[in-house]
Amino acid sequence: MKIDELARKPGPWLRGGGPMSDIVISSRIRLARNIAGYPFLSKVSDEQRTEVVNLIRRRVDGEGVGRKWRYVDLERVDELDRQVLVERHLISRQLVDARGARGVSFAKDESASVMVNEEDHLRIQVVRSGVQLEDIWEEINRLDDRLEEGIDYAFHPRYGYLTACPTNVGTGIRVSVMLHLPALKLTGEIEKFFRAAKDMHLAIRGLFGEGTEATGDFFQISNQVTLGRTEEEVIDAFKHDVIPRIIKYETQERKRLVKERPLALDDRVWRSYGALRNARTISSEETMLHLSHLRMGINLGRIKDVDLTTVNELFLITQPAHLQKLNGSRLNGEQRSAIRAELIRRRLGGH
Amino acid sequence: MNLACQACKKQPATVHLTDITPQGEKFERHLCEECAQSEGVTPKPPSQPQLGQILSAFVEGSKVSVQQIADLACPKCKLTFVEFRNTGLLGCSSDYDAFEKALVPLIERAHQGASHHIGKVPRRLGTPRAVENDLIRLRRELGRAVDNERYEEAAQLRDHIRTLEEK
Repeated sequence: MKIDELARKPGPWLRGGGPMSDIVISSRIRLARNIAGYPFLSKVSDEQRTEVVNLIRRRVDGEGVGRKWRYVDLERVDELDRQVLVERHLISRQLVDARGARGVSFAKDESASVMVNEEDHLRIQVVRSGVQLEDIWEEINRLDDRLEEGIDYAFHPRYGYLTACPTNVGTGIRVSVMLHLPALKLTGEIEKFFRAAKDMHLAIRGLFGEGTEATGDFFQISNQVTLGRTEEEVIDAFKHDVIPRIIKYETQERKRLVKERPLALDDRVWRSYGALRNARTISSEETMLHLSHLRMGINLGRIKDVDLTTVNELFLITQPAHLQKLNGSRLNGEQRSAIRAELIRRRLGGH
Repeated sequence: MNLACQACKKQPATVHLTDITPQGEKFERHLCEECAQSEGVTPKPPSQPQLGQILSAFVEGSKVSVQQIADLACPKCKLTFVEFRNTGLLGCSSDYDAFEKALVPLIERAHQGASHHIGKVPRRLGTPRAVENDLIRLRRELGRAVDNERYEEAAQLRDHIRTLEEK
């Protein structure tokens, strides 16, 4: 199966290097759409559910909308394969947990995907490294247009694009940015940032979006209002207000750490580097924590012999499903911890 | 699992609600039949009719009675409004019209007071671009007028929009 191949290396967007990617790891936009004439998924029959899949697949595969895209039928792949797709952010946990005919089409470089039969018939997504919201909007808008040439979307003159949950109705747009905020976390200023985000009607979530806790140093923030503003207005708010503010807060705290607490900062960074290069068993959570510190150390020029690409790659391949795919066999938690530690030591030239 | 009612903490909870805060966050409430009725979440039995009671806890600001809400059902997908409240998910496109009265206050709460789309429009609708742009602008102005409670202006804008939409 192709998923084995997929698991071997990160998609280009995760290798990093996009604008401002030291703080904003990636940005993404997703559009929620439903097909006119079919009930939403809570009321759809099994037959209709399959028809929806076929309709979308025909449009994506057949009409050249997604040339060279792959489709993964989630009913036909096993749990580990599904988990690999979640870890790569190609699908949501919700799609894994859904039932019946469903799947995902995605571009070879994994920068664009269409989830079929998640909460809505279609969830179109485009992602890029760093801050590139305008490019993303241009691409996803075009993709949406091309899909629409062959699919009638459910649209209402007053409410816009209709969605199963009224919190997404209107534009159906969700703009989200994945953030690495180790300094705000370390200095305890993160709470202020949370409050500011809430005031701006933004949702803060964990690394894997909806339903995941905002723990560690990684956060995803996204708009909640989808009605009464244009797509451009939602994107502009991120571009001109939300993102610059976050970058300012985090940069300020990073500078403060370097200036006022260099010893504490270096201790944290080098301890984590040491742990990663020496540990014999290590959990996913501990790995995340140390990789986060290492990433900060690299971005602040404290550590010079590791590059960001290696760190970004380690974030992905040390996750449970990827680890098992790379190892070629199922592993229990204990085995994973040992193999994870070995993999990290090897990549970081440890002992 | 038998959950206890969150209000009286005695009876088992049989009414499960998903509510949406003004920030658009979903949260759940679990109540027993009695507490749900006294909070106006579910209708009281016909023997004690409470018609005319405003469902302030349920659908803020809307002048829809308990009974009217309880009776709401989509003619197409048969989803009832109470079912929607339990899951937070609608059953089909027609629900937006079938539940309009009860839904609009919820939509406004989730979208900072807005209840009109001003964004992208599918090309197949074939609205001439100029009119489409006018509509987008007018809908936005309407949204702002409503947000700022300038209802006279909003009514004028609404009429203007209707005329354009009919073209």
